[in-house]
Amino acid sequence: MTCPMLSISDLHATIGGKEILKGLDLQVPAGEVHAIMGPNGAGKSTLSYVLTGRDGYEVTKGQVKLDGEDLLALSPDQRAAKGVFLSFQYPLEIPGVPALTFVRTALNAQRRSRGEAEASAPEFLKLARGAATALKMDFDMLKRALNVGFSGGEKKRMEILQMAMLKPRFAILDETDSGLDIDALKIVADGVNALRGPDRSMLVITHYQRLLDYIRPNRVHVLSGGRIVDSGGPELALELERAGYDKYASAA
Amino acid sequence: MTLAAAIRTGDAGLLPSRRDEDWRWTDLRGLLRVLPDASAAFAGDAGAGPFSALGGEDLVLVNGGRAEIAVEAGEARQVCLRFVSRGAGRHASVVRVTLGEGARLRLLESYESDGASLAQVDLDIVQAGQARVERVVIADDDADAVTVSQTQVRLSPGSRFSQSVLTSGARRQRLETRILHPGGQAELRLDGIYLLDGKRHADLTTVVTHQGVDGATGQLTKGVVRDQSRAVFQGRITVAEGADRTAARMAHHGLILSDRAEIDAKPELEIYADDVACAHGNTVGALDQDALFYALQRGIPADEALALLTEAFIGEVVDRIEFEPARDIARAWVTARLGGRP
Repeated sequence: MTCPMLSISDLHATIGGKEILKGLDLQVPAGEVHAIMGPNGAGKSTLSYVLTGRDGYEVTKGQVKLDGEDLLALSPDQRAAKGVFLSFQYPLEIPGVPALTFVRTALNAQRRSRGEAEASAPEFLKLARGAATALKMDFDMLKRALNVGFSGGEKKRMEILQMAMLKPRFAILDETDSGLDIDALKIVADGVNALRGPDRSMLVITHYQRLLDYIRPNRVHVLSGGRIVDSGGPELALELERAGYDKYASAA
Repeated sequence: MTLAAAIRTGDAGLLPSRRDEDWRWTDLRGLLRVLPDASAAFAGDAGAGPFSALGGEDLVLVNGGRAEIAVEAGEARQVCLRFVSRGAGRHASVVRVTLGEGARLRLLESYESDGASLAQVDLDIVQAGQARVERVVIADDDADAVTVSQTQVRLSPGSRFSQSVLTSGARRQRLETRILHPGGQAELRLDGIYLLDGKRHADLTTVVTHQGVDGATGQLTKGVVRDQSRAVFQGRITVAEGADRTAARMAHHGLILSDRAEIDAKPELEIYADDVACAHGNTVGALDQDALFYALQRGIPADEALALLTEAFIGEVVDRIEFEPARDIARAWVTARLGGRP
């Protein structure tokens, strides 16, 4: 048996001295999509920020390995270059930086970090046009300042567009369904599904089961009180939708 | 002008000091106990300035001097005006600019020093009706230089004056612009950019006096301070009694990238007329950490992310430069100043 792409063991993490993750274990094999569900305050977003190395999230114990390599020893940009991508729950607005400039800067920085050649202008534009078309986005939107004045749905689409262009090895989707109407949700889910493949894994963090009707996970995990308290197949998500998280809250 | 008198006589006692309210944050007397010797005349080649590639006339004052630019009615000219300091002496320059009816001038101005000089510039601009000036200034001084530039502009009804001052500061530096605004559909744009590091200091002071009805002023200054640098922004707009229907807007936004850097800002609106539309906004703060993390998460290294975000912040001011070739030079200058530095 091969080792999983992402392996988290006994992970403890604090914010401002308060422990949020309390011994989290999780393994995601290559090519699989796993969902993390859980009540508010369970530590879902904390997990996404710990994996991506955000300042202020301190790991006090445990380890995280991506392809066998210690992820926690790397800076956020180095983790990105290794293929870690976070689709933000609340994507940031970056005034004054056109989306195309931002993505091109990111893509080329990642390529440099991996010792690869930078994308030429025509190559990059072709990539951007292709991604925009697939996500039904107006290409002119990419010439505007990143996310400035975009609707919630447009921002989420822009996240998936960046993911499509950066081709991460391991993607974390944090509440990607929040703020989306059903049409936008389908477009975003189609975009995500198009990126599924044997060399890419995903962690889909969501509060509701709805997203998982469109992005079918291989496994579903329940995060409560800073730990994975239950795991199962896709049917677990339906069960949670019916019964809620109450039984885990009392167990935690 | 007390600094001009100090340079003429060599008497440090005549320098403006912190006791002068207007010079409180740019104290020269406390800085210079003794004045440097008067600069010798410079016979060598001053090389090229930041705008030299754009053509037009060259007017180069090395270690002080006097000059006049007279643009006749209906004429359009482009002048590279360079104030160059070579060595560590003291000197003063005086330049008189006049524009006839409907004349146009692109004034591409630079401050270039290479040592601990003390320089003062007195620039006087008088515009007749319908005359238009765009002044773009790059102040690229030495870290040991002390430079004070004092500009007075007299507008006429229907004229327009647009200014963008970019500076990287000096040991102590003040770039001051005073404008007499007659109203009468005259338009004024007064922009500034400061990008400071090390122990550099820059003071952007502007004083606008609206004297008549129907005048417009738009002012946008942005800057970044790092290390132990210090920026001063003093902006005063006075609307005299009876100068009704004046529209004036002033904004200053500063970014502090180090605990030991400082920005002092004093925006002032003094309004004595009844019917005006005036607004001012002033913010000083740190870089948005959420935006920074977003860029890092996409794989952009910290120094590059910082440069990208600060350049975008400053870019809004650069974009307002009307003459495109000068705008390109200004943008490249900003990029070089901010690029790739942690």
